[in-house]
Amino acid sequence: MKKDIIIAGVGGQGILSIAATIGLAAVEKNMFLKQSEVHGMSQRGGDVVSHLRISDKPIHSDLIPYGTSDLIISVEPMEALRHLPWLAPGGWIVTNSNPYVNISDYPPVDEIIKNIKKVKNSIIVDADSIAADCGSIKAANMVILGAASPFMGIPLENLEDALKKMFSKKGEQIVEINLKAFRSGRKIAEVQ
Amino acid sequence: MQRLLLLGDEAIAQGAIDAGISGMYAYPGTPSTEIMEYIQASPEGKSGRIECRWSSNEKTAVETALGMSYCGKRAMAAMKHVGLNVAADAFINSAITGVNGGLIIVAADDPSMHSSQNEQDSRFYGKFAHVPVYEPRNQQEAYDMVFDAFELSEKYSLPVLMRIPTRLAHSRSGVVKRRQIPEKKFRLPDDSRRFILMPAIARKRFKILLENYEKLQFDNRLTKYNTFKDGPDRSLGIIACGIAVNYLMENFSDDELPYPLLSVSTYPFSKDIIKDITGRCREILVLEEGYPLVEEQLRGILDEGRRIYGRMDGTIPRDGELNPDIVASALGIKAGKGHTVPEIVKSRPPSFCKGCGHADMFNAIVEAIKPYGIQGVFSDIGCYTLAALPPYSCINSCVDMGASVTMAIGAADAGLFPSIAVIGDSTFTHSGMPGLLDAVAKNSPVTIIIADNLTTGMTGGQESNATGRLQSICTGIGVAPEHVRTIVPLRRNHEENVRIMREEFEYRGPSVVIATRECIQAGARRRKSEKSEKQKNNEE
Repeated sequence: MKKDIIIAGVGGQGILSIAATIGLAAVEKNMFLKQSEVHGMSQRGGDVVSHLRISDKPIHSDLIPYGTSDLIISVEPMEALRHLPWLAPGGWIVTNSNPYVNISDYPPVDEIIKNIKKVKNSIIVDADSIAADCGSIKAANMVILGAASPFMGIPLENLEDALKKMFSKKGEQIVEINLKAFRSGRKIAEVQ
Repeated sequence: MQRLLLLGDEAIAQGAIDAGISGMYAYPGTPSTEIMEYIQASPEGKSGRIECRWSSNEKTAVETALGMSYCGKRAMAAMKHVGLNVAADAFINSAITGVNGGLIIVAADDPSMHSSQNEQDSRFYGKFAHVPVYEPRNQQEAYDMVFDAFELSEKYSLPVLMRIPTRLAHSRSGVVKRRQIPEKKFRLPDDSRRFILMPAIARKRFKILLENYEKLQFDNRLTKYNTFKDGPDRSLGIIACGIAVNYLMENFSDDELPYPLLSVSTYPFSKDIIKDITGRCREILVLEEGYPLVEEQLRGILDEGRRIYGRMDGTIPRDGELNPDIVASALGIKAGKGHTVPEIVKSRPPSFCKGCGHADMFNAIVEAIKPYGIQGVFSDIGCYTLAALPPYSCINSCVDMGASVTMAIGAADAGLFPSIAVIGDSTFTHSGMPGLLDAVAKNSPVTIIIADNLTTGMTGGQESNATGRLQSICTGIGVAPEHVRTIVPLRRNHEENVRIMREEFEYRGPSVVIATRECIQAGARRRKSEKSEKQKNNEE
């Protein structure tokens, strides 16, 4: 088993929480893992990406080669497109539909969605609304993680356990909101 | 067996904790920052068992670490690659004094300049200083090497350099921990005169250094990390340095590399290990993350006889970091191809956070300089460098830590008026203060605007040694107290701030405008932690 996952978004959107949750679940399953992150200057409202690789065999490169990623998880629609060169034929895109507009030349959203839909295996989720319904818009990243969860080769219960562990420090209520968000996302993916 | 999920930076930090360090010294700089942060957050750091406060700059960090080592204790200093330029004097001379307790200097290189002004390769510093270099291939090795590096350091009484690139520093993987070694006892050096580098002593010490540098290439603590593996296809031999080997192996399933491979991750190495490859293969491919250090040595000045492929002949691009695809194409392997990025995707450069005080400060600067119609606002390294981009586009330089102040002085000497420097609070105390003294000594007509956000912002909000001290530092250096002005960069103060800046531009001597407003990110974190602190107290 080997999965190469690209996690994309804008600095501050919680992509590292997504990566950390998957990472924790993979380590609990005793799998090998490499996860490259972006820190520093590029965090200030710039685009950020994490290359996450999990496997039952040792992993060499910290970076995913072009055209081999099984899954692109994006918390922002335009950012999903930025990493298309890494997507393998038949790979999945799971993305938030809500744009994060902090540049003046941000393209029309329907154009972006149209381009995402050109990829056969794509799931576009209104994660912000779902997260708000679950109790906090901040949990949008966990909606996306839930929607991507069937495609990463990790059993559901391991991901949920990791999520609980991740948020346990922040109190029972935050755990519940994020778990609900995760499950709502999962449901959407299962319907598709 | 405890397996931790650690960044390369964190693996080095955990290695240092478990190898019994007593002191950790650093100045924040991407991609090295997390080494110190991890130690500060560890039980050993929190309890004060390990001394771990931020230093004012990389030079003070290395010197303080050397002082700790003088007393027989293990110490580490960490910095980004360009930080080693700042610390170079201390680093190179510490090789001549030698150390007492083990001393490791970590330099985190940034090939492709993700967050830096150059992509210099720190391995050259190792060669220059005659200091052994470790270049780990992965997180586990980064952890393990710390133990060997400390032993090597103590055996040869030498500082040791550890070099990691961004992709290792900021990539997470499982690390198996060892049992912790107790910290070393306080023990002054048997021969303390060797730390006095007067010429007569330095000459002797340098000879010892040269001898040691020859000897240590055969030490098992270095040689065991350089491995040779033969292969059936001898049409090509490969030498891969550090993490480059991972990008190589990525291209071969089930580790079935057909070519003989020498994987190098310590320096200096003996010529003999090169012969394993050159004895078998006519043609050699050299893969290095950084400059062509090994390739250049291999070619020699005559560069004849053998086909060598690498960065110098264009097989690998001369600049930028490696990746699996670059290595694939060097081997003639067809790289994978995904979809192309649609043209509608726009670049999203970093920008000031919403509500950032720097934005209001630059709005004032832009207006204050307008009547002069000049292009001469020298700036420095920090978040405020973003003022180079629209809508401000109002700074004209960003060179090295502290250069804004001194470049402004030089430009004033050449006749620029007004000559203005914009520098962050932490950058000012890092390297701006001596420049201000130069300005005072020659009564230079410059205005230094200190963007004081009460933190080291760009690297994630570390404590700044400038906080609360700027006023007294500037007057202490000798700026006339009436020309050390403090403003609060808020929109409602705009008119007043513009007026104050212009008044100081017009003053024909050195002046300072301190623009103080807390970093919006640091403020949010502070309020959050205060809130949770309060909650905890209430629960108790």
